[in-house]
Amino acid sequence: MAKITPENSSVVVRFAGDSGDGVQLLGSQFAESTALAGSDFSTFPDFPAEIRAPVGTTFGVSAFQINLGARRISTAGDQPDVLVALNPAALKVNLPLLQKGALIVLNADAFNDRNFAKAHIVADPRKTGELDDYQVIEIAISTQTLEAVKPHGLSKSDAEQCKNFWALGAVLWMFGRDRQPIIDWAHKKFAKKPPEILTGNLAALDAGHSYAETAELSAEIPQFAIGEAPMEKGEYRSITGAEALSLGLAAAGELADRQIVFCGYPITPASSILHHLSRMGDLGVATFQAEDEIAAACAAIGASYGGSIGVTSSSGPGIALKTEAIGLAIATELPMVIVNSQRGGPSTGLPTKTEQSDLYQAVYGRNADAPMPVIAAYSPGDCFDAAIEATRTAIRHMTPVFLLTDGYIANAAGPWALPDMGAYEPIKANPAPKAPQSDDPDDLKKAIWKRDEKSLGRPWVAPGMEGLTHRIGGIEKDIETGDISYDAANHQAMSELRARKVASVADFIPDQTIEQGPEKGSLVVVGWGSTHGAIWRAVTVANEEGLNVAQVHLRWLNPLPKNLKSLLSNYDRILLPEMNMGQCATLLRDKLELDVVKLNKVSGQPFKIVEITDAIRENLPGAKQAAE
Amino acid sequence: MNAPLTAKDFATDQEVRWCPGCGDYAILKCVQKTLADIEANPDKTVFVSGIGCSSRFPYYMNAYGFHTIHGRAPAFATGLKIANPELDIWLVTGDGDGLSIGGNHLLHVLRRNVDMQIMLFNNEIYGLTKGQFSPTSRPGTRSPSTPAGSIDSPVNPCAFALGANARFIARSIDTDAKNLSPVLKAAREFKGAAFIEIFQNCIVYNKDRFEDFVAKKTAADTQLHVEHGKPLLFAKGEKGLKLNTQTLTLEIVDVGETGVPVEEVLVHDETNLAIANLLVHLPMGEFPMPLGVIYRNPAQSFDDAFWQHHPTQGKRTGKVADALRKGSVWKKG
Repeated sequence: MAKITPENSSVVVRFAGDSGDGVQLLGSQFAESTALAGSDFSTFPDFPAEIRAPVGTTFGVSAFQINLGARRISTAGDQPDVLVALNPAALKVNLPLLQKGALIVLNADAFNDRNFAKAHIVADPRKTGELDDYQVIEIAISTQTLEAVKPHGLSKSDAEQCKNFWALGAVLWMFGRDRQPIIDWAHKKFAKKPPEILTGNLAALDAGHSYAETAELSAEIPQFAIGEAPMEKGEYRSITGAEALSLGLAAAGELADRQIVFCGYPITPASSILHHLSRMGDLGVATFQAEDEIAAACAAIGASYGGSIGVTSSSGPGIALKTEAIGLAIATELPMVIVNSQRGGPSTGLPTKTEQSDLYQAVYGRNADAPMPVIAAYSPGDCFDAAIEATRTAIRHMTPVFLLTDGYIANAAGPWALPDMGAYEPIKANPAPKAPQSDDPDDLKKAIWKRDEKSLGRPWVAPGMEGLTHRIGGIEKDIETGDISYDAANHQAMSELRARKVASVADFIPDQTIEQGPEKGSLVVVGWGSTHGAIWRAVTVANEEGLNVAQVHLRWLNPLPKNLKSLLSNYDRILLPEMNMGQCATLLRDKLELDVVKLNKVSGQPFKIVEITDAIRENLPGAKQAAE
Repeated sequence: MNAPLTAKDFATDQEVRWCPGCGDYAILKCVQKTLADIEANPDKTVFVSGIGCSSRFPYYMNAYGFHTIHGRAPAFATGLKIANPELDIWLVTGDGDGLSIGGNHLLHVLRRNVDMQIMLFNNEIYGLTKGQFSPTSRPGTRSPSTPAGSIDSPVNPCAFALGANARFIARSIDTDAKNLSPVLKAAREFKGAAFIEIFQNCIVYNKDRFEDFVAKKTAADTQLHVEHGKPLLFAKGEKGLKLNTQTLTLEIVDVGETGVPVEEVLVHDETNLAIANLLVHLPMGEFPMPLGVIYRNPAQSFDDAFWQHHPTQGKRTGKVADALRKGSVWKKG
């Protein structure tokens, strides 16, 4: 295999094992160590929908992939260079993903007939020749682990559980990493467990490290030296999208100086936001786990009516249930943020797999003419800013706002430059009017419904405010007084007002910029949401090849930036990769009458860079022939 | 000094649009009068409703009001109460809104014991959608959707509420302000979810459905006004309910010279769940209709518990800038 040296700028490592093997912990601790080493990285946990599938089966395989490098890393990597497989099922599932020549580290103890049967493996893959193209290192990880933890008096099953720490120890040696931060972390992690759990795991960690270091084996086990990546000066931490989004909501509450009332109902992969926020009480966040998705949406509207910032969150099927309530928030002109952590569908679909297929649902998916703003976060770190922008927009225009993220962003992690909270503008609400001193009840009503000229946001009047009692609801209301109105001309005017209000968001968002590449030319690659990393890398690689391609990434999907059409019109062709069957493509045709070349992927897996670079070559006149 | 409040102070400028003769008018007037009597502050009072005839109620109350969507008022009101626990929330719902499409939310608002008054107007029919049978309709109800008569077994609203662990359950009749007003006051004083079933006469689609026990002439014999600590007597004290300790059921007994001594009549204890269960399950027709506060057994309300359990009782004590730096942070450059 190609020895990885400092000259190689990046390496992709994949850890795989049974759901109960602690693979996610192994991967995330390796990522933490990578962060401290100063390399850039991007991670992607890939776990099954089953909580604990039968041990040893292929559908119970859990994996964690990390791409790390001494350059800017934008995706978790196309093809792993290293696979650590803790059982035969993990090897079977992940082998097709590997680069030829990749290094495979196997837990030899798990390669027995019993496990082959569980994974429906007919013949030992180590003997069939199917591993000939790879460099295979077999280690009796289970035996080594049991041996190492024996003095600590753990039960056999607890002792076996330490094998992820053993593997971590070995991998840390391969990458020349310091064990101390992991040891510190383990002290905290196991603080409340019986002491032998800590000592046993640390013994396994040390044993794995020493094993790899042992003279006679180190010739076989390669070492990787990945240097520091150039990054801007500042403080960094590793963050997942779900964490960043939760902190962003808390930050929005701080900037608006209002309570965040987050109302959710458990659903994969959105639940982690509820979990994070439920630990942010001191940041002015309250969480309510409702009885269902509909109740969660309605409670959020109730909270907003009461003067707090109501937020609800779900994935596609849950969002579908919330739809009627979202219409109520539109009709009553109340602020609300609805987070959709998109996953594969339709129906229950692929709960743990990522997709971008709820864009239609966000932009178009309500009864009647019910427009609302839609913003999509493009990376784990961007979830923070997108949450603030969504909240700011909801309060400014007094409207519900969709904040789209997806399973990939929610779970993926990478280094994040900590933002300066002082740099954000406070979020100001349209103030409640003073109660007019008048005998005409219409004067009060008109004051309550007097909308801001630019944003069309109405004053945020909450019950409890003195002298401002009024009634609102889902029935069409008079544009001036808010009284029930079935008047034809009024409904026309109200429908137009709702459309104008959402359109006016475009007056407050930045112009679309070009992320890289020429201002005009033959090809621009347009993306939105979590495809950002793969597109960025693909366009970078293409430009390094001299192909002269531009990249434009959308954040606001509704409304679109005002200059978008003119900006995109400077290119002969638009390539639009998205993880659905062409929803953003429809949007651009609908809103801007632009035709695009679609690149659609709905396999539940994020785009590979090579898939996009191939499409770039396909769509550049001359490039394809040159490549061939 | 301000003049005392009157029912008019709680009326709005909106024209009331219920059918002439609808029982809702009487309830509206009684609620307006009751709020005036107790000097409620309109600025802190919110009427929340779902969808249906009853759910137009908020538009006619001079207070804050929110007409939400079908069945979801309890969920909405829970969010509102979280945002501002000081608000006095009145929930207005019907048998279709509260027990059919919104049955789930009603269940949860009751078991959570969210502090509010829940008035369920039961007329055993869908009024606003023009007369279909509802979840409280008696079997055999002929309606546009059940021309041959309905077959569903009806839900008993108070029994449902008890099953949901409601801590306050009362019954009343739309036109009986003498009973309804004290029930409303008791409900408002109760800290928690107070459930009130109000028999309401839909004069268009289910006229006089409750005439058996509502009719003034026979009311003394057909109504049982329950009062905490007092024997369960009706028919001007000549009849009462006695507990059969063998079958654990209630029996009608004659009281006085020709019957049993009053001491043998069961004494109402509104904190006794077993008595409440017996009362709400009394077969209609054979027995008088129990009215008044059937069950009142306070427990901590959801909104109290919610903020007590919140780590900082809803105060912002931390800074996001610090929260960002929790965990491992490293520096570049």
